Amino acid sequence: MSSINTALRDFDSLDALATRPTRLSAIDPRAKILATLGFIITVVSFDRYVVAALLPFALFPVAMAGLGEISLRMIARKLLIASPFAVMVGLFNPWLDQKPVLQLLGYPIAGGWVSFASILIRFCLTVAAALVLVASTGFHQVCVGLRRLGLPQVFTTQLLFLHRYALVLAGEAGRMSLARELRSGSRGALPLAVFGSLLGHLLLRAMERAQRIYQAMVARGFDGELRSRQVLAWRGRDSLFLLVCWGGFLLARQLDVTHLLGLLLLGHLS
Amino acid sequence: MHMADALLSPAVGVTFWLASGTALAWSARKVRHDDRAHLVPLMGVLGAFVFAAMMINFTIPGTGSSGHIGGGLLLSILLGPHAALIVIASVLTVQALFFADGGILALGANIFNVGVCTCLVAYPLLYRPLLAFAGASPSPRRLGAITVLAAVVGLQLGALGVVTETQLSGISSLPLNTFLLLMQPIHLAIGLVEGVASAALILFMRQARPDLFATSVLASPVAPKRAPFPTRLIAGLGVLALLVAGVFSWFASVQPDGLQWSITRTTGHPELQTTESALHASLSAVQKKLALFVNYKFTLDAKPGTPDIATRSGADKVAKQVWPAVDAGTSLAGIIGGAATLTLVMGLGYLLRRRKARAAL
Repeated sequence: MSSINTALRDFDSLDALATRPTRLSAIDPRAKILATLGFIITVVSFDRYVVAALLPFALFPVAMAGLGEISLRMIARKLLIASPFAVMVGLFNPWLDQKPVLQLLGYPIAGGWVSFASILIRFCLTVAAALVLVASTGFHQVCVGLRRLGLPQVFTTQLLFLHRYALVLAGEAGRMSLARELRSGSRGALPLAVFGSLLGHLLLRAMERAQRIYQAMVARGFDGELRSRQVLAWRGRDSLFLLVCWGGFLLARQLDVTHLLGLLLLGHLS
Repeated sequence: MHMADALLSPAVGVTFWLASGTALAWSARKVRHDDRAHLVPLMGVLGAFVFAAMMINFTIPGTGSSGHIGGGLLLSILLGPHAALIVIASVLTVQALFFADGGILALGANIFNVGVCTCLVAYPLLYRPLLAFAGASPSPRRLGAITVLAAVVGLQLGALGVVTETQLSGISSLPLNTFLLLMQPIHLAIGLVEGVASAALILFMRQARPDLFATSVLASPVAPKRAPFPTRLIAGLGVLALLVAGVFSWFASVQPDGLQWSITRTTGHPELQTTESALHASLSAVQKKLALFVNYKFTLDAKPGTPDIATRSGADKVAKQVWPAVDAGTSLAGIIGGAATLTLVMGLGYLLRRRKARAAL
């Protein structure tokens, strides 16, 4: 069951990163959520054949990772694991769309390859931004921020509960699987009948656990609302951070920075 | 298989966020008025259960592969459709944020495909009526068949959602028919597998905790209100359709290029004409290549449109109209600029990190 353990470690490590005090973790989670949203919407708003103009946007996740002291290698590994769907759907583009839209050293490049490259870059940028958001903010803070941004309380409470108990139940699932493997001598996927009863027992335990949690919560005065000790305070630097981010996105959306830079360099070369 | 941000246009992403957001808000209101006191921790723990259960696979007989449960149907049975939708949405959010499965903009679309299609369509409109039809205590085989059917239908709707969203976005070049033929059969297989897994679990649960089943299926607070449910759902779907249509027309007017492109696609050129224009394409591409070498500096100076090349011949002019943005000068500048941009970005990231490390010393 190494896959369960790896997934658990990943889950834990990403969140643990956020507990360290960095320059980025001091920013209000709402500012980071709004900046990330603005980033993603700007990135996906480009035309399907745009490749070069997307590249400057890499600055946002890279700079956030730098400020938040998050390893780019870890982000890259997660990107690689998650890539199959976007790659598979995008891979049809070169095949279906063979109109030349670009010249490279005199050879025409089919539109499909260009849009495929565009899809890959979009994928890397948007997913990296989401990962960096969690790794720099922490899931609990993201939830508090979402609540303050107006999401229904039932939903944010649910997210907090899920986050808290996903590790517990996944650990339990891993131990049950391991116990079965050790007794039966077979690894990996289960026969259907065993699967049903194994998961069934996990479910029964989960429901009993929910009952115990509920009783414990009621004993401590739970009235349907989870209260957080942290109080978010929006400060000047949060506004500044958000303004710089959004301004940067707007600028890079309007000006093709890559192209301008290329022209500048070409001008110097010739 | 979740929709990715990279394949969505902002208009489609935001539309599905609105649709899913409405469904979520409505469900949240329903859940707040639910009188089952322990519902809040139960929802949280069952979400965690679905999360854990997705990591345990069973072997599909006769094949070498394996599958896992989907969760939407099971949660609807145990919690009721509204609480189930919120739980599924939370699971998808955690997957998007921690495992890069799906994306933040695509989350609305994913909640719609996975959550709304199963919890608010397949469960109330298929599973419950069929179960009511089957009687108070259906045989295991019958219950299993109903579960599999509902899971398959829910997943087919979800796959249709993915195809629709991808098509409306227009980032992928896959034609509608091809994509449908790819997605629906694959998800038929996945739906069967998920259905069988859910059925195995549901049958076990009915044996282990019949009380639970009696309450959730027959005496849950939603049960007496079953009659008005479809009308409300249909009204909701109508609003959604209007919304999609409205945003789609806005999208069309904002990006005339994309619409034009799709119109030339859907009007269906005859075979002859396409080959002719393909030939045309390579000819004018060659012509352009020559032109690029003749007045290279001109191309660089007069960046947008390169009028000197465009007006060189009528053929070029036609070519310009057919494909937007064929501009060799832009391409070269783009490539060199791209390399420079990436170097700068990485350098800046490195600097930010180094400065911090030095500050820490």
